[in-house]
Amino acid sequence: MFHQAKWDEPLIIERSASGKKGHNPARPSDIERKIVGPEPWNNVPRTLLRNGVPPLPQVSEPEVVRHYTRLSQENFAVDLGIYPLGSCTMKYNPKVSEAIAQNPKLEKIHPEQDESTVQGILALLHRLDEFLAEITGMSRMSLQPVAGAAGEYLGALIMRAYHKSKGEFEQRREMIIPDSAHGTNPASAAMAGFNVVVVPSNSEGMVDLDALRKVAGPRTAGLMITNPNTLGIFEKNVLKIAEAVHDAGGLLYYDGANFNAILGKVRPGDMGFDIVHLNLHKTFATPHGGGGPGAGPVGVRKDLERFLPVPLVGFDGEKYFFDYDIPQSVGKVTAFHGNIGVLVRAYAYILSLGPDGLKAVAETAVLNTNYVLAKVLERTKFELPLSKRRKHEFVLSARKINEQTGVRALDIGKRMLDWGLHSPTVYFPQIVEEAMMVEAPETESLRDLDELVEAFVQAGKEAETDPEKLRSAPHHTSVGRIDEVKASHPKTLTLRWSNPKLSG
Amino acid sequence: MATFDHPFLPNAGAPIRKMMLDAIGVASIDELYSDIPTQVRTNRPLKVDWLPSEQEVKSHVERMLAENKSAADIPVFLGAGIYNHYLPAAVKAILARTEFQTSYTPYQAEISQGILQSLFEFQSMIADLTQMDAVNSSLYDGSTALGEAARMACRATGRKKILVPHSLHPAKFSVLKNYAEPAGIGLETFNYDKGTGGLDSADLQSKVDRDTAAVYCEVPSFFGILDPEVANVPSICHLKGALSIVGFDPVSLGGLKPPGEYGSDIVIAEGQSISTEMNFGGPALGIIGCRGENLIRQLPGRLIGMTTTLDGKERAFSMVLQTREQHIRREKATSNICTNEALFAIGAAAYLSLLGPQGLRQLFESILVKTNYAIKMLSEIPGVVVPRFIGPHYQEFVVSFKGAKGTLARLNKSLLSHGVHGGKSLVKDFPELGESALFCVTEVHSTEAIDKLRLLTEKLLGA
Repeated sequence: MFHQAKWDEPLIIERSASGKKGHNPARPSDIERKIVGPEPWNNVPRTLLRNGVPPLPQVSEPEVVRHYTRLSQENFAVDLGIYPLGSCTMKYNPKVSEAIAQNPKLEKIHPEQDESTVQGILALLHRLDEFLAEITGMSRMSLQPVAGAAGEYLGALIMRAYHKSKGEFEQRREMIIPDSAHGTNPASAAMAGFNVVVVPSNSEGMVDLDALRKVAGPRTAGLMITNPNTLGIFEKNVLKIAEAVHDAGGLLYYDGANFNAILGKVRPGDMGFDIVHLNLHKTFATPHGGGGPGAGPVGVRKDLERFLPVPLVGFDGEKYFFDYDIPQSVGKVTAFHGNIGVLVRAYAYILSLGPDGLKAVAETAVLNTNYVLAKVLERTKFELPLSKRRKHEFVLSARKINEQTGVRALDIGKRMLDWGLHSPTVYFPQIVEEAMMVEAPETESLRDLDELVEAFVQAGKEAETDPEKLRSAPHHTSVGRIDEVKASHPKTLTLRWSNPKLSG
Repeated sequence: MATFDHPFLPNAGAPIRKMMLDAIGVASIDELYSDIPTQVRTNRPLKVDWLPSEQEVKSHVERMLAENKSAADIPVFLGAGIYNHYLPAAVKAILARTEFQTSYTPYQAEISQGILQSLFEFQSMIADLTQMDAVNSSLYDGSTALGEAARMACRATGRKKILVPHSLHPAKFSVLKNYAEPAGIGLETFNYDKGTGGLDSADLQSKVDRDTAAVYCEVPSFFGILDPEVANVPSICHLKGALSIVGFDPVSLGGLKPPGEYGSDIVIAEGQSISTEMNFGGPALGIIGCRGENLIRQLPGRLIGMTTTLDGKERAFSMVLQTREQHIRREKATSNICTNEALFAIGAAAYLSLLGPQGLRQLFESILVKTNYAIKMLSEIPGVVVPRFIGPHYQEFVVSFKGAKGTLARLNKSLLSHGVHGGKSLVKDFPELGESALFCVTEVHSTEAIDKLRLLTEKLLGA
């Protein structure tokens, strides 16, 4: 039976004791000291001089390593088991990509080095740009955005620049977003100064075309959409959606969060999209680090290339160079060239799979997900609202179970943790009651998928026979059910160890 | 439909695929895609390369990267936001734990205590170092942290003007503009003092007014100046109801006063130097912290809090104040940020724990000594003005070269051919400084490397 490690590990500060240290930093040489003189600290203005030493824990190297190793054991990860978190595409991260990234020729290059010294990485980035453009059906990519939401923000900035260039920005302030969209879409649009107009889903869980046509017009800047959408349903009317938005003078933005379903099968460019971002930490298997890093390259159609951030990587037939010659560029969205470490891993991933492999990734992800879906529907009371055709993910409703037993989707998710699985995404998208969003990436074996199915079956049974077991779950994780209300309550909010309560 | 066996794809082979298709009740994979209109389907193989063995993939990329010259090959005197520091082996070992590396955002707190506690420790250490009430669990990098800080200050004050130093890194300024302009935030710059390189107090004071949401300053500045005037900026701001944003260098806080101690309201930093290698500039680590509940509620990104289990018996950690965030608040969120740089926040927590109070202070001192050594050495070269500014320096300094236009470019090229990478040219971005460059020295620059820079510079300028 699964039992997560439990170390009762104290805070690192609680391991601190006077006189211990975990690292000896390099000291200046004798000659340096001699030349600079005995009082180097006189070079620090008194008003900026720290009084004493900084308040940090005093711990030895073995204690630090043991502390964080123990904490790592109290953490679920793709390397430990299936992570069916819908819309997050938590697939296995190939070790070859890791091995490749641990290279001083990558780790120890500085972003402002002379171009002649970084021809290798520039060549790689140039090739990656070509690969991703081909994969998405776009003309050119910017590799600068460091996350999906950063890509969305750049997309929205490009829309601003495009409409400004046509003198229409002042009137085109509306961004249309389906009600099933990820929260980042409306947040990115709003941050970029657009008003969000929500378009409802129809009875099949797809964008309601009539409703879209009603809101699309002279005020429309664009539409942001995933396809397949967050329900895992392919928007089969995508060409009509594109037509409606383009006819209104708007631009069509593809959110790549769900691209894993159609990799090598459908290209956003061929569906009429003008701007696309990819989540390399999802589709291209780079590790997500407990929340980051990621990378969110953005591709555009030919006539929007003029707005891309500077610099792009160019090639003059002999050497690679940073191309700053983009007169209408929106500028920069991050200080340097993007999350290079992530980009290199993604490049290795593409090479590892090639054209047939990438297509097999999507097909197998869809196969895996539909397998789990078929088995769960066959063996449990979970319902599948809206269209029955799903791609890489599906959204179940635990509504019926909730009505009959009082057990909620949240409880079921927590109970699944007890079996060494991660919970599906719960309560998203908001258009499904008691939602449980499941994605079974292509890297999961049949045995893992069967375990996931068994978890739904078992949870369904327990809801009827022993609902308390679910409501009090999890039982086998490092800690039991957490008091999240207390965690955020102003009276008990604790954001740092040295100040247990905020004064308010 | 042909099948494809691959080490990453356990179910792609023909027999398993067939069995699963049967279980689903479809005849083929194509049937699972039959709802996709034929006009949009890709009916040809993608034009991307493929290398059939892992060994080939690895050596192919290695061969490409071998074309680079790195700071492991030659001394590189570049800084300007990304720094080459020595990363302790223990930090690398901790970051290599795949339980951290291959996990997602800790939405399910009970099974993710490792990430959550580590991030809480990161928040606590940075808060203690800077004397802030709260620090979030990371943003993308220092430049976007500045953008978020500016927006935050404007939301909190209801004002729309941000003052930044004229000496701000131009790339950072460009990112800031992209965060500011769509929110209707105006950016104005204040001058640096031509002699000290610090801020021009009179110019700044004349520009802070009742429309000013915040003033941004950096310690050390882009020119590497430890400017004592920065400590007075918070009170200048507060007199006019504006906020003070201070950009700090994490290692420098081993010797420098925490910005919170001189009244700063929001602090930001680029944390790459204490968490990960340079990697051509990314991934980096955006740090942001603030004081007071009003500002905490305006913080972007994830915050981790310490709480207990429901039964009250055990300490536990979870994400808190999520109603600020995009997955709950959508277009009303404080930011669109979702993916961040959590892994490197853990790296920073490990780094700061290892160095501890004495180690961080010692490291500051080492860099301080080496910076001043390099300045002294270069100052002996005829035709070189260093430091260009008379203010005190840490880690970076501006070097000006007498001579015609192109002197610096020629020198840098020659240095490179002799196996040394010179400083960052300021010729284009700061034409008023003439033939000048920004040099950076950290603990990784040996005496020999600095001496080599000096000897070569002298020789090449004389040639």
